[in-house]
Parts: sequence; structure tokens; C-alpha cells
Amino acid sequence: MASLVPCPHCGLRPKEEFTIKGAALPRPSPDAGADAWLDHVYLRDNPRGALDEFWHHTSGCRRWLIVSRDTFSHEISACRDAADPAKERS
Amino acid sequence: MTAFRLPHGGLIDRSRPLSFSFDGKSMTGFAGDTLASALLANGRILVGRSFKYHRPRGILTAGSAEPNALVTVNTGGRTEPNTLATMQELHEGLRAASQNRWPSLAFDIGALNGLLSPFLGAGFYYKTFMWPAAFWEKLYEPLIRRAAGLGRASHDADPDDYEKCWAHCDLLVIGAGATGLAAALTAGRAGARVIVVDEHPVAGGGLLSETAIIGTQAAADFAASCATELQSMPNVRLLTRTTVFAWYDGNVFGAVERVQKHVGFPAPNLPVERLWRIAAKQALLATGAEERPLVFGGNDIPGVMMAGAMRRYLNCHGVAPGHRVAIFTTNDSGYGLARDLEAAGIVPQAIIDSRRDAIPDSYSGSARVVSGAVVSDACGRKSLSSISVLQNGKSEELKVDALAMSGGFSPVIHLACHRGGKPQWSDEHAAFLAPSSQKGLALAGAADGTAGLQACLEAGVSKAAALLGSLGFTAKPQALGPVEGDIAAGPAKPLWTIPGIREKAFVDFQNDVHRKDITLATREGYGHVELAKRYTTTGMATDQGKLSNVNAIGLLAEERGVSPADVGTTTFRPFYSPVSFGALAGATHGKHFMPARMSPLHEWAKKNGAEFVEAGLWYRSAWFARDGESGWRESVDREALNVRKNAGLCDVSTLGKIEITGADAAEFINRVYCNAFLKLPVGKARYGLMLREDGFIFDDGTTSRLEENRYFMTTTTAAAIATMNHLEFCAQVLWPGLDVRLASVTDQWAQMAVAGPKSRAILQQIIDDDISNDAFPYLAARDVSLFGGQVHGRLFRISFSGELAFELAVLADFGEATADALMQAGDTHGIQPYGVEALSVLRIEKGHVTHSEINGTAVPADLGFGRMASSAKADFIGKHMLSRDGLSARDRLQLVGVMPLDTTAYFRSGAHILAKDADATLENDQGHVTSSCYSPHTGSHIGLALVKGGSARHGEEILIWNALHGEYVPGRLCDPVFVDPANSRLSM
Ligand SMILES: [Zn+2]
Repeated sequence: MASLVPCPHCGLRPKEEFTIKGAALPRPSPDAGADAWLDHVYLRDNPRGALDEFWHHTSGCRRWLIVSRDTFSHEISACRDAADPAKERS
Repeated sequence: MTAFRLPHGGLIDRSRPLSFSFDGKSMTGFAGDTLASALLANGRILVGRSFKYHRPRGILTAGSAEPNALVTVNTGGRTEPNTLATMQELHEGLRAASQNRWPSLAFDIGALNGLLSPFLGAGFYYKTFMWPAAFWEKLYEPLIRRAAGLGRASHDADPDDYEKCWAHCDLLVIGAGATGLAAALTAGRAGARVIVVDEHPVAGGGLLSETAIIGTQAAADFAASCATELQSMPNVRLLTRTTVFAWYDGNVFGAVERVQKHVGFPAPNLPVERLWRIAAKQALLATGAEERPLVFGGNDIPGVMMAGAMRRYLNCHGVAPGHRVAIFTTNDSGYGLARDLEAAGIVPQAIIDSRRDAIPDSYSGSARVVSGAVVSDACGRKSLSSISVLQNGKSEELKVDALAMSGGFSPVIHLACHRGGKPQWSDEHAAFLAPSSQKGLALAGAADGTAGLQACLEAGVSKAAALLGSLGFTAKPQALGPVEGDIAAGPAKPLWTIPGIREKAFVDFQNDVHRKDITLATREGYGHVELAKRYTTTGMATDQGKLSNVNAIGLLAEERGVSPADVGTTTFRPFYSPVSFGALAGATHGKHFMPARMSPLHEWAKKNGAEFVEAGLWYRSAWFARDGESGWRESVDREALNVRKNAGLCDVSTLGKIEITGADAAEFINRVYCNAFLKLPVGKARYGLMLREDGFIFDDGTTSRLEENRYFMTTTTAAAIATMNHLEFCAQVLWPGLDVRLASVTDQWAQMAVAGPKSRAILQQIIDDDISNDAFPYLAARDVSLFGGQVHGRLFRISFSGELAFELAVLADFGEATADALMQAGDTHGIQPYGVEALSVLRIEKGHVTHSEINGTAVPADLGFGRMASSAKADFIGKHMLSRDGLSARDRLQLVGVMPLDTTAYFRSGAHILAKDADATLENDQGHVTSSCYSPHTGSHIGLALVKGGSARHGEEILIWNALHGEYVPGRLCDPVFVDPANSRLSM
């Protein structure tokens, strides 16, 4: 019904403005091998507790974000632009 | 003056009489009455029939926990079934009707259910579900549905408006009784943004039933001056008639404001209800406590009422509950009522106190007190006539017409338990308290187990000050009071099991669950609180067990010989009380259910006679009917034939359009399409196939390179939004290092397909540039100038129809004028508009796929695009999963054409393909028809199909089988290109 997401660009916004893609996992390198790709595309942990997810602020700034939330309490502990850690990775 | 209305007193406005009707009978009440108080004032004790046994029921409470007095108010589209008479404010002309009775409330045939009660006890639903299914469907369910029920919804449309809104505050105070008012005043005076919410029309809560003096004012006057001060503060919003029904993540609270449920004729410029979502930094629950009923025989007979409710009707509405009143109490609450009754001239026949020698010092009345006693049974049919009082093993009968009961208090903690916190049993308070230390939420006053007005005022002040401190405000707590003449009802030993009961003793009034049902549940092994709930249905009615749950738990605990702490509670979930669908829907109904997207060429299509079809949010022109045409097929055939013979104009503005720029745009596009794009020259378009990371096709379209670092991508209409989101994901998350910019320009361009052998001749008349085959060959894509330089456009030589064809894009505002000009220029060439139906015929004839074939299970090779997926590229989305063995299996479903052997035969999309002589079973399924149409150029129905190993089966005879419609059509698989397989018409 309701909850608020702290978009780093737009501030606290209702969750209806966002689209959720799923676990924030890095894309394997092109030569990572079949097992790594199968794992990336199909296998997901289903943790009770902390989870990083890709959320798209679809009806806002249109940035992809990484939302760190607790799957049990729904508490959001952090929300940052996905490009920041991705840049750090590469 | 009616027999039950006192000559003076109460907060009603006796100068404003209101007439209303109940079951067709005209009555009169006063402004300030609820429907319940007005009915009581009119001596109307019987107001409903119970759910299962159809027992006569009266008014039990004076608030939102009411289980019995459910009525239907209003008529037509404004019909509101299951309205609580205790919450419905009286207004002039209010029409209310009782429910769940036939033929009348006084004589109800369903009451015979009472005779069947041995069969309708606990576990009834459980057990009947185990009977043969046919019995259940044909016999029991219709019977039970007719017999057991609530009010009926209207079939008429609701004529009223609803709306939704957001609000933000530092402190949300829920409940405007003594505690809430004290808290709100403290916070408001400190300058915090405060929202105070109360479900009743007037702030005050329990203060409105009180006769105590606060400071120098009567309790109700004190409440009124608090409310006045709050309303004068610009930083405070006081919402009355508003129920906070849920606590959600992010400290957001859902509330529904009944803006115009208390008027006969809602003003058209206001909603009748408003749904609030309130984001609060801190919230204080000052929701008070619910008085618990006592479980004695006949405790549901009209005339039996909660003590607090009786006090409310007496002090707030000036209504006497009866002439001979008794009070059955386990705590001091009964004495406050006794004192007030005596002040009104009604001396109770007896106060039956389950405690021994516990008369509070603050009570100095003259009523007879029967200590250490219980009421074991109440008697009477449609109204109370007597009670049996059991003291020291001896039973005494008292003639009474009203009985008040108080079994102690349960703090109203529901909201505090909506986010997973479990209620905690407290022996000290003889009640469940809210889970402690939850972030963003605190409780104070009776909701926190505090008893007495003075203590509640103090708790409101101090809790608010503490919460404000945590938000950085400096509150100067000011004491309120002192309070005089309050009989505080502190906790007392609960009385779950009452001895000597002969009649049915109800635990859950609304679902007709009685004492013995709990015993039966325990005996049959359903003693766990979650099982007992479902076995007996206790707490599962519309009141969600507000009155019954704690008693059920107490009784289960005694049955099992444990503490209520060991029994625990079932889960509290939103909503606290029912919320109308209207409020939840808000403005999004009817035409406003979803936005309508209109192409910039919509008006052009309309004036050319288009019939529109909804495609997602879009309205697309389906075909353009002409006078004399007998049906859509005739129009579509004509349009399709005309495109291949002359030329047609089709609105393709709904295609997704994305502008891609930046130094790395080429590299980016090369990574998101499976085919090669790096070497696409400036001025050229190319068909592109986009995959998902799992290798399956996501979408297709054309992308044109307009400048070195400027591309124009089109997507399908259906996947436009998903593609944009996907590209943004790729650009921002996967490859943030690439210099690329994306902009959705779908709405910026009007785009029209001009297709057919005459298309060039027509276009050349409005385009300044040379578009001859040499100057503008197949797949050319360039900016063009129109109308002698007046308009700028983009021209693409691409073809979905297989004919010589172009797509012309102009800025949206020039769309209609440009289309008009093309129609005029094409007049002598026989141009006609064509819609998506003809477009579909033309593309099926050419074997072009859409999302009917790109259905999420197809990889490029399945649709004949095997060689497009570039093996030369090191990486693209979908590359790494595409090489899996299964995705190149020979028996995969592959694109193929299908035709009937008899060219007059008809088949439809969705039909299964079977081998020629196979039995028509799903085991023999070979695939299915994905698209089909009548092809005027082949003179036959044709189709595209996905068939096992289909690409190697051209020429094979098969059976087209549609089990749903019982159709069996012998057919043949064939090349999916039905017209001009050599593509010679493209490059005319
Ligand atoms: Zn944002």
C-alpha cells in the first residue's frame, strides 16, 4: 500500500514510482564461462535479511538505483545510484 | 420526546430535529445523534439478525467495534451495506434498513437455523468441505449463502467521487481522546507539524462520555476547547471522521476520511471519501482501549450492552438505556456508569461485581451491589426481560430491560502490530499490550494500559514531548487538569469462564461463535489459536474480532490450562476496519482508470473514418470503413489490396522511438542488438533484433544512423516502455563508462507509413529532396525537407508490407497537416488510409513477425534469424546463453506458414497443429498458429505458426485443430512468405 524510497536524486518518493528488477548482481564478463552465466541468469539467493536490489526510478529521475533493504523488516538501509558502484567495479 | 430520550443533557442539538426511517418506519432524532443513539432513543432495541443463527440482535457498542448493528443505508448507487449504526451520523432523510432477515426483522424464517444449531457449530465449514463436492456446490453452498449473510451490494454504479492524497508530518497522533488531545496540544504548541486523526465526528473520544471536571471545564467542554486551539494552529491538521486503518513500511499510515458520509446530499465538488497516505516522522497511538464483553448465556439478547457504550448514549446523546437497568462488571468501569445513571434518575437494580468487596471509594451511589457474583444467563426473546445472578451457589432472577457489562479493557494496539510485531500478554494489565520499542511509533494512555483521565493527560503530554525531543524540537510540557470526579477503571482480574451458564454464551457476536464452539475446537484438536480461529471462525467477521479475540484467547487458555501468553494471538493485518473499494480506487475508475494515449494523427484518422482499437494505452486505427461496406473484413480486404495496387497511408506513430547519441552510441547499440551495427553507415537503417540475457528474443525494430553519433531507434508499440527501461539499465548499470545518451521521443514524432507502388510518386510531391531509387535506395534513412523548406522531417525507406514503402516522421504538431497533404497528393494515385488490421494482413503475407511470434520462448533461429546473431561479436546481451544445446535442437518450435487445403476454409490463431493422421489430443500437439488472417492476395486464409522442426516441414499436410471451437481444418505447412518471396517489389 505504501512505503517510501530515498532516491539519491529525488528524495523520499513513494514506491509506486519505482520498478524492481531484482538482485543487484554484477554481469559476468563475456568469457566467464557457461556455469557463471547460467548462475547469473537463473540462480538467485532468497535471503531473509539484507539484500541489494536494482530499482528503477521509472516515474522519477529514470535512474537505476541500488536499494539495500531488509527482506524481513522491509527497512531500507541505503539507496545509491547504480552507476556509482558499477564505475568502481570496472 | 420519546420514552428513552432524557429530558435534558447530552451533546445533541435539541433545536435541530432530524427525521429518518428504519425499515420504512419514520422516526425522529437530533443533530449529534448517531443512527444507533437515535434508534435507542426511539425505543428500537432490535436492529439486526445474527449471521448464522439469525438471532435477534441489538446495539452492543457505541463505536467502530460494533458487531451487531450492521444496517444498509441509502438506496440505488449510494447503497451502503454493512454500515455500523454506531458510526453512522444521523442526517435528515437518512434511510436505513436491517439486514439478514426474511421476510421481516421481527419474523425471520432463518431463525429456524437456531433449531439446527447442533449442525452449525464449530467446524461446520471444515466438515462440510469434506462432504462430496457435488453436495457442496449444488446444495450446501447456495443454502448457506442465502441463509448466512450480510447486506447486499447494489448493482448500480456509485455516483460519487473519491480521492487520494498524501500528507507529511513530524508527529501523527492517532486518536483525539484525552491522551491524543494532550499530545497534539503539546506538539502543536512546540511548533511541530502535527496531524491528529479521530474516527468520530467530534474530537474528544472518551471525554465525550465523561462527567468529570478537567480544570474548570466539563470534560466535553475541555475537549472542545482543545480542538479549537488545535484548529487555530497553522502547523496542525485535525482530521475528524477519519480512521487510520494501517501502518505501513516507511512509517506511512493509511487513513480514510469520510468527507460526506454524514450528509443526505453530497456536494458534487467534494469527494465522499478521501484516502490519506500519511508519512509521519513519529506516530503516537492514542487509540484508547476496547471494553471486553462478558461471556454469559444470552449475552447477545437486545438490551445487553457494553457499560462504556451505555455511558456514551447516556451522557453524550441523552438516551436512557432502559427503565430497569443492571450492571455486570469485573472492574470499576461499572461504577462510573452507575453513578451517571443515578444522576439521570435511573438507579440500577443491581451492580453485579465478580470481585468481592471491591466497591471503589469514589462511588457513593445507592445501587445494590452484589459482590463476588456473576450473571450466568440473560433471558428474553427479542429483548431482555430478566437475568440470572449467581452468588455463592445461589441463583436469583432479576427483572431488567437493560444490562451493562464490562469484562475489563483491551488496549487498541492493532496498528502497532501491522508490521510484524506480536502483542505481549501482561498479567499486570490483564491484557495484550503492543510490542515494545518499534521505530517511529509509540503508544500512550489507555492504548498503553494506562487507566484514568489524569494519568492519560499526563501520558499524552510526556510522550509527545519525548517524541518531539527525538526530532529536535524543544517542547515545554504544560500540565493539563486537575481532574475531578473520575472513576478510573484500573486493571482487574479477568473473568473468562462464567459458571452456571444454560443458554448460548457468545464469544464472537458477528460470526455467531459461542462458548461451546471453543470447547469443541479444543477437544477436537484445534486448540492452537490459529487453528481455533479457522475452526470456529471466531474473529473472522467484518469486525475482525475487535471484541471477541481476547475473550476467545482467554477461554482457550483456560481450556488448555495455560496463560493467555502461551496461547498468543493471531496476526493483526490491515485494515483495522473495512475500507470501501471506492476509497481505494480513488479517481482511477471509468474513463480515468488508465490514461488514453492518442497518436498525433488521431484526429486525422478520425476524420478519415477510422474505427479504433485499444492497444495497451493507445487507441490505434484498426480500419477505415466506407459507405456500403458490409463489415470490417470488407474494409480490411480493400485496404490491403489497395496498398499492393496503389498506395496506403498508415499511422505508425505508436512505435517506440528512442534517440541515442554520444561518442559510444555505435558501440552501445552493437551490444544491445544481437546483430552487427558498428558498421552501419550514416544515412542507413537496419533491422535489429534485441535479445534478453537468457538468449530469447526481447524485441525488434529498425535503427537508423542519422549522424556519426546520432541514432534513431524504433521499437514495437508493445515493448516501447520495456525497451527504454532496458536500454537505461544497460547504459547506467552495465556500461556506465560508455558515452551514450538516451531520450524517449515516441511522443515527439508523428510517423506515417506510405506503402505501395505509388508511394514514391506521392511523397515526392511534398518532399523537396530527390527520393528516386538512386538517390534514396532501399534502407536509406535521412533528414528531409518538406513543403519547400517549411517543415523538417525524417524519411526512412523501410517496409513492413513488402511493397515499395517509406516511413515519414515529422514533429508531432505537423502530423495531421502532413497526413492531409499526403492524402491530397495521393488522391489521383488512389491513396487510401489503412489501419492495423490491413497492416497485419500485409505483414502476415510477407511472413514478418510481431510479438505474436516473439512470444518470449523464441530464439533468433526459431524465427529464421539464426544467422543474424553475430558470432563475430565478443559480447552482446543474450550472446552467452544463446549457445546452450537446447536452443538449437532440431525439434524446436520454428516459424512456418500454414494454409488450409480447401481455400474456403477458415481457421484461427491459437489453433493447434497436429500431424495429418494423429488423434486430436494435446499429447500429439506439434505447435500452434500464432497469427492468421484472410489474405486477399492469395485468396485464402493464411497463417503463421510455430511448429516443431517446422522449417524442414514445408509442404507437409497437417491438421489445424481448435478444440475450444471444435474446428478441424486439414492444411499444409509452407514457406512463411506468401507474397513476393524474392522481395522484388521492395526495390521498384
Ligand atoms: Zn529519482
